[in-house]
Amino acid sequence: MAKDPPGAGTSKEINLTIPMLPNMEIAATQTAEAVARFMEFDPDQIDAVKIALIEACINAFEYSNSSEGQVYIKFIMNPEDLVVEIRDHGQGFDPEHPAALPKKHRGKGLTIMRGLMDSVEIASGPGGTTITMSKARASR
Amino acid sequence: MTNDLQVHVRKESSYAVISTDGYINNVGGEKVGEIALGLVDEGYKNLILNLEKSNVVNSIGVSILIELVERIQDVEGRLYFCNLTKVIAKTFTIMGLAEAAGIVDTEAEAIVALAAPQEA
Repeated sequence: MAKDPPGAGTSKEINLTIPMLPNMEIAATQTAEAVARFMEFDPDQIDAVKIALIEACINAFEYSNSSEGQVYIKFIMNPEDLVVEIRDHGQGFDPEHPAALPKKHRGKGLTIMRGLMDSVEIASGPGGTTITMSKARASR
Repeated sequence: MTNDLQVHVRKESSYAVISTDGYINNVGGEKVGEIALGLVDEGYKNLILNLEKSNVVNSIGVSILIELVERIQDVEGRLYFCNLTKVIAKTFTIMGLAEAAGIVDTEAEAIVALAAPQEA
């Protein structure tokens, strides 16, 4: 029987900070993919985490109006799930009544996150926004 | 970091296939849209968009694809998507693209679907 790695059964964190620059969300998905693979997620679960994370990042890029221009991402590897926290220090928004977007077919980012992850929680205020999403580990 | 989307076009007698490789974001969506509308201008009103080598999209890219589908429908053309990952197919459904365009598993199925008479 394979021996569990040191620290198995406890939560582990990885922190990543990305600048709000074009395509930097892809840098975040590369870390997400490595973490999810380590946790033995299946390919569909990995894709779901990546696309939900992309949506959270571009929400921050496009709508936070953050003056510092950074997004802080925390991956928490729990025994039962992967939690991804995406935080910006922008102006915040009302998640129940997000602003109407001028372009047709836009504004579905939160719906996509909710459709692809097991849970999505949003805390937003004048100091910024934190989106916390979770995906259960693949059953083994 | 550019992550440029690579696009390959194959023209057949009655349809054209656009194959993508990479991230379909705003820039990628616009690139696909320009190529597809160029093909429509050339007379190719039956198009297949093969996403076999694209496993990440974002909602801005998908919104541009929805606009593309609407423009192709305006000229009585047809567009089928094929080789989508399960998660991209689900994203298309959430965004409403699955209602607007045909989605099939394989390029061969898309060719068969395009050969069928168009519904009134």
